[in-house]
Amino acid sequence: MDTHANQLNSDARPVLEGPDIARVLTRIAHEIVERAKGADDVVLLGIPTRGVFLAQRLAVKLEQVTGRKIPVGSLDITMYRDDLRMHPPRALARTEIPAEGVDGRLVVLVDDVLFSGRTIRAALDALNDIGRPRAVQLAVLVDRGHRELPIRADYVGKNLPTSLRETVKVQLAEEDGRDTVLLGAKSADQ
Amino acid sequence: MSKILIRGAKVLGGEPQDVLIDGELIAAVGTGLSAEGAEVVEADGKVLLPGLVDLHTHLREPGREDSETVLTGTRAAASGGFTAVFAMANTFPVADTAGVVEQVWRLGKESGYCDVRPIGAVTVGLEGKKLAELGAMHDSAAQVSVFSDDGKCVDDAVIMRRALEYVKAFGGVVAQHAQEPRLTEGAQMNEGVVSAELGLGGWPAVAEESIIARDVLLAEHVGSRLHICHLSTAGSVEIVRWAKSRGIDVTAEVCPHHLLLTEEMVRTYNPAYKVNPPLRTERDVRALREALADGTIDIVATDHAPHPHEDKDCEWAAAAMGMVGLETALSVVQETMVETGLLDWAAVADRMSFTPARIGSATGHGRPVAAGEPANLTLVDTAYRGQVDPARFASRSRNTPYEGRELPGRVTHTWLRGKATLMDGKLT
Amino acid sequence: MQRHLISAADLTRDDAVLILDTAEEMARVADRPIKKLPTLRGRTICNLFFEDSTRTRISFEAAEKRLSADVINFAAKGSSVSKGESLKDTAQTLEAMGVDAVVIRHSASGAPYRLANSGWIDAPVINAGDGTHQHPTQALLDAFTMRRRLIGADAGLGRDLDGKRVTLVGDVLHSRVARSNVDLLHTLGAEVTLVAPPTLLPVGVETWPCEVSYDLDSTLPKSDAVMMLRVQRERMKAAFFPTEREYSRRYGLDGDRMAKLPEHAIVMHPGPMVRGMEITAEVADSDRCTVVEQVANGVSIRMAVLYLLLGGKEPAGTAHLRTEEK
Repeated sequence: MDTHANQLNSDARPVLEGPDIARVLTRIAHEIVERAKGADDVVLLGIPTRGVFLAQRLAVKLEQVTGRKIPVGSLDITMYRDDLRMHPPRALARTEIPAEGVDGRLVVLVDDVLFSGRTIRAALDALNDIGRPRAVQLAVLVDRGHRELPIRADYVGKNLPTSLRETVKVQLAEEDGRDTVLLGAKSADQ
Repeated sequence: MSKILIRGAKVLGGEPQDVLIDGELIAAVGTGLSAEGAEVVEADGKVLLPGLVDLHTHLREPGREDSETVLTGTRAAASGGFTAVFAMANTFPVADTAGVVEQVWRLGKESGYCDVRPIGAVTVGLEGKKLAELGAMHDSAAQVSVFSDDGKCVDDAVIMRRALEYVKAFGGVVAQHAQEPRLTEGAQMNEGVVSAELGLGGWPAVAEESIIARDVLLAEHVGSRLHICHLSTAGSVEIVRWAKSRGIDVTAEVCPHHLLLTEEMVRTYNPAYKVNPPLRTERDVRALREALADGTIDIVATDHAPHPHEDKDCEWAAAAMGMVGLETALSVVQETMVETGLLDWAAVADRMSFTPARIGSATGHGRPVAAGEPANLTLVDTAYRGQVDPARFASRSRNTPYEGRELPGRVTHTWLRGKATLMDGKLT
Repeated sequence: MQRHLISAADLTRDDAVLILDTAEEMARVADRPIKKLPTLRGRTICNLFFEDSTRTRISFEAAEKRLSADVINFAAKGSSVSKGESLKDTAQTLEAMGVDAVVIRHSASGAPYRLANSGWIDAPVINAGDGTHQHPTQALLDAFTMRRRLIGADAGLGRDLDGKRVTLVGDVLHSRVARSNVDLLHTLGAEVTLVAPPTLLPVGVETWPCEVSYDLDSTLPKSDAVMMLRVQRERMKAAFFPTEREYSRRYGLDGDRMAKLPEHAIVMHPGPMVRGMEITAEVADSDRCTVVEQVANGVSIRMAVLYLLLGGKEPAGTAHLRTEEK
């Protein structure tokens, strides 16, 4: 799914609305605290573009739960993609590692949609060049299935069974002006 | 067969007439001439010109037979409609002695495609320091009457003065390659907007114009005849125009490529466009065309300069300067001068046959198409248009700037003293 | 972007900004423990240097290696260039070896253009400086340095150099750096002034998209950046100027002249500097001089160019950038 493929047909229907998204992020925050036993050493790294906004929102929720400031950053995976030679080069996004670094910490990667798993594979490679976390976990807003690699998410906002003829689009207020997850048919040229 | 009837040819572009060749001479020109006993060539409205004369050809032999020989060069000349060419002296060894000019002259006679008139070097080894034995070359079998260090400029004013004076004794003429050497050190193309942008060493117009200005004054001072090779700038035209208005005995030539191409072509960095003097600006091209039309420039000369492929298939700075031209000259003149209305075919005959023959004292060439004259003739299909295909050149070299360009006109027949050297576009 | 990078004039404003933005991300790699990206793994790049230039060569080499490309260095010196082996033969050798890109430095203007357009080789060609023609990656790293210093690393993202006043001083005639900079800075919206003795300006400079002045002192107060070009001592012999002393008096940058610059203005030099000629040690070693930064920025810019030309199946297009594929 790319920006172009995100041109949904007009019959796309929302599967998550604004309040749903806020609710699942709150739930994920609690799950992280629970599984990470207080989230003392958690670092959140969002995958650009929308994963970064989700990571920032998650950090706010975690602060509310733990009362502590949670380091949050971004991890651009463009240069680690396995399909670079199939398309023209993409513009790079920002990799911003919090000052605390990642060494010995629990890194939670945050993305909007988990699909083939290839993005996460690239993210793990990118992370490997930056440091050595104690452990890496994955949080996604939507898991739409169809994995092509042995990768699973640790925290899932919503499991969304889809067909390959469908497309999922996450819209977030920071980027798109509103919060919603849309499911629709792929347009004919896809 | 000794009789040939050329039927229905537009002699010098005029009304269709028949021309009967008998042996080496033109026997009759008129309408309804009898074809009895003659081979008939149906001219069918083609233009008949006197055999073309090139005052500026590089035949490369001796020394650079990898690029051209007297034989291949004269075959190229016949293909292009020429019946006489003047072979420049910058061979290896240099044509600065009677021995070398006689060798070239003899090779020309043996080729049979075109008369070869050797040009002698002005100075020994073209080095500009010591006069060559000009008189000995004139007195040789080659009867040299044109002298030039072409490729190099006779830049020493005293040497130039002496040469101009000396050749008066036997009616010779010095043909100057006007290029001030210090102003053109490292020069790669015309100096101006394009050279500044391309980062190629500039070849200023003034390097040519300053030498021409000096030499016309020298010629005036010593009362000599001067010929200037390949004029390329509007400023040079102005100087020659001024000199002629003063009555100075100066003649000038222009090359076909300077009538058609500009420095803009260099943007491709394709060495096919690298030539000495360099391609200039649109304004220069216009001035040269006008000057050729009004007679300020007397003749067209090809500066046919063959180079082997490897000398052009490289980076610009490493490439050799020069273009082949014998086989495209008339087409370029038709394109730039005839089809623009600047010259009619009679004037083309003047600029490419009568006058160059006169300047070079090429007896038997550049004669009217009339009974009793030598049958040196060229038949041109002026209605033809086609792309230039270097693979079909008779020249040994292919360094043309016109590859793939559509040009008008095609020489179909050339006769040298009544003998066809080119028939239906094929060399005999 | 076009397939090759031959001239700074071939870059559109959007191409150039994309390269600068990409370089900004590349620059951050230099701060990481592992200064390497897997992006060009399995691609072979040849650095074909027909002219000595250790600085440019190692800058490209560092960029190539940081992107995990396989690097072949081919230094063609004197004899092999002149007659023995031609540019064409070398190119065809590289083609046969299967190189994916050629970085070429050549003393003949237009050699990279010929290499890219003569059908000798199919690989993309990147010009690392040709004769007195162009040196596009130098212009890009200069623009990158200006944007970082005059606007800011992050604040500059997505922006050009609109309205910035840049003065280039010195031997413009023989400078490929000057030509490339005039083209690129103009594309990026900067106002360029060339300052040089008239002998060191090319005939035809009046058609360039810049101002020309013979007077350095009056230009300095109106400059956000001043770039000193190298002046070779040999030029003196060809009478381009009378003496070294007179040149540095009229066109050299010393402490007094530097004081005439606005407070925020920077002093740049493509290197190598001729101290005492176009620049004094005092200026060269001052905080305002960006020479060392320019070197570091050169690696980032070259990484960006290599990535955008070779990182995908075709050169980056600015119209259809893809950022979000899952």
